[in-house]
Amino acid sequence: MASTPAVASSDLDLDVPRTLRPGSTRADRIFRVVLGACGTTVLLILGSIVAYLINYSRPAFHRAGFHLFTSAHWAPPVYYGVLGALVGSMVIALLALAIALPVSLSLGLMINEYAPEWLRRILIALVDLLATVPSVVYGFWGLEALTVYVNGPAKFLDHHFSFIPIFRTPEANTYGYSIFVCGLIVGVMIIPIVTSISREVMVRAPREACEGALALGGTRWGMITDVVLPYSRNGIIGASLLGLGRAIGETFAVYLILSTTNTLTPALLGPNGLGSVSYLITNNFTSSASIVKSALTEAGLLLFATTLVVNLIARGIVDRAGGSTA
Amino acid sequence: MSGSAVLDPTLPSGPPGRERPRRRASVSSDATLECMGSIVAALALVFVVFSISGQLALSNAFGIAICWFGAFALVYGVVSRTRHGIERAKDRLATVFIWTGSLIAMLPLIFIIGWLLFKGLSVVLAGFPHFLLSDSSKAGPSDPVSKAGVGAAIVGSLEQVGIATLVAAPLSILTATYLNESKSALSRVVRLVVDAMTGTPEIIAGLFVYLLWVQPRHTNGQSGVAASMALGIMMLPFVTRGAQEVLKTVPGSLREAGLALGAPQWRLTLRVVLPTAKVALLTVTILGVARAVGETAAVYFTAGGSATQKFNWNPFHGIQLDLPLYVVQFAKVSSPTEVREAWGGALVLVFMVLLLFTVTRVISKGNRGKRRRHLVLPAWRRGAAAKSGQ
Repeated sequence: MASTPAVASSDLDLDVPRTLRPGSTRADRIFRVVLGACGTTVLLILGSIVAYLINYSRPAFHRAGFHLFTSAHWAPPVYYGVLGALVGSMVIALLALAIALPVSLSLGLMINEYAPEWLRRILIALVDLLATVPSVVYGFWGLEALTVYVNGPAKFLDHHFSFIPIFRTPEANTYGYSIFVCGLIVGVMIIPIVTSISREVMVRAPREACEGALALGGTRWGMITDVVLPYSRNGIIGASLLGLGRAIGETFAVYLILSTTNTLTPALLGPNGLGSVSYLITNNFTSSASIVKSALTEAGLLLFATTLVVNLIARGIVDRAGGSTA
Repeated sequence: MSGSAVLDPTLPSGPPGRERPRRRASVSSDATLECMGSIVAALALVFVVFSISGQLALSNAFGIAICWFGAFALVYGVVSRTRHGIERAKDRLATVFIWTGSLIAMLPLIFIIGWLLFKGLSVVLAGFPHFLLSDSSKAGPSDPVSKAGVGAAIVGSLEQVGIATLVAAPLSILTATYLNESKSALSRVVRLVVDAMTGTPEIIAGLFVYLLWVQPRHTNGQSGVAASMALGIMMLPFVTRGAQEVLKTVPGSLREAGLALGAPQWRLTLRVVLPTAKVALLTVTILGVARAVGETAAVYFTAGGSATQKFNWNPFHGIQLDLPLYVVQFAKVSSPTEVREAWGGALVLVFMVLLLFTVTRVISKGNRGKRRRHLVLPAWRRGAAAKSGQ
């Protein structure tokens, strides 16, 4: 390094631009090829899932066409209508979101704005931990506890509100093992993830604006409705969509609880009504003939496509809102 | 503070006659009193209504609790409205609803943990550590829990998740590096696909591996390594995505400093960028592992284990049990002891996840104080810098 000033001054004297060698060394090129190869491998693996599933579901599509998605008649060797299961999956997911969103937002706001410091730290860690608890544990608890506890409220709804079709049961006076319980437990399951993402977005609401609202004499609730919520609206929508994506594909929480005949009915409170795609696949796949497997794969593919679209939209929104979705 | 004088309502600050004391939104002792009073009033109201109208449809504990809460909200709202105005009433009711909502959100979650401990702990502790070390091959449906064990399931879980991690973690981190370093069209496609795949339903991964690997091999197809493939597919997008976010946080100044010193890209990446993010990358990987341990649908078609099978140490041959499969298979059986054993298995599963989660907390906390350590130029670098300066 000692000789550098001398070199520099002679360069200046000659007034010749110093030759730069941009471009990369051979080691760099190899490095880039290795990295590119890894990226391509991941692309191939994930891309081949889509390609393979599409290829495998072709026989069923040739045989039944779009009838697969427009009929709810599921009687494998002859009829392949999965509409009952598709609608069921969506209903479970929407029900779960309807249950999870309000309480998750309350919890997120409580952690951010109301809780004292010690409680905040505990709750943040607890919510993150609960987000990693396997779904099969939620499902098991739902099977053992929720199907019993929900009997009373379900009976109440059935007896007094049965003029609304969704508050009926497909089988008279039996509750539990229903779409409703599935929606409830999947809702409980997505509470941590919706809370965690929406909380992270809400905490980014500009602090000066919050303090400004308070300084102008606004109440805490006024600050929340006028500053925090408008600022984080997109992030909350994204968090809900991510929760929805999870709920649509959820398998074992539903598998353990649901008892279904895959029929298309608006009644949600009892067994043997709507189905669920993941349940249908789990229950029938390995023991079926190949044409049935093909039909189930096609249903799975539709589920997959739905979650892909929901997730892509959600990620786009959450990324722009500045949250982390990892 | 000179500013406080302006805001002080006792000082004259405007045209006389138009001043009024500013209301400060703080909690007075009044507030507690009003809240308590409303609770009691609501209870009294509910009691009166229920005793006048006799047997109502809602007269069970759940119904009464809901009516009590509704009456409380009403009374408290009206009291706050008349005494403090509409804004304060809204604020107070919002506070009530937010705390209640939080309680409703946390209650089932805490209930699940409690239930898990209550049901599972007695099973795990029956003849400790027998439950963790043996398999259930000799335990029939009516045998006591002390004869059963999840040893085979633990071995299977560790091997399956271990193999999946060995393959998926390096691949994910290198891919994340690629996405971070390259701005080409290909990398944009990879980024999009990884983003889209992060929420892939587990069942799709299980289905794919079943069709591609298990089915062509007939009876030999289901094995630990097939389960690893499905788990690896689940981990890939998750860890890649997480690692990408981590690498984004490596300060640009560090990168620029490396480039300015004439470091080639590969050295910059391997010696500056990745070491700086080392701990966070480890955290992301462990979180991926923690998720993979609990994946059920991914292993359901692929591992094929039976809850009562013997130890299978070889992940490459024969069906292999793991913890989620153990829980799922025993959860719906008619034997109450086997259902208890399933709770034992669930407790072990959650304990493993908890352990991994705690590790991530500890290492990321331990790192916080020493973040600057990696900024020091390593020894080889000093030598290289001296040489290139000649």
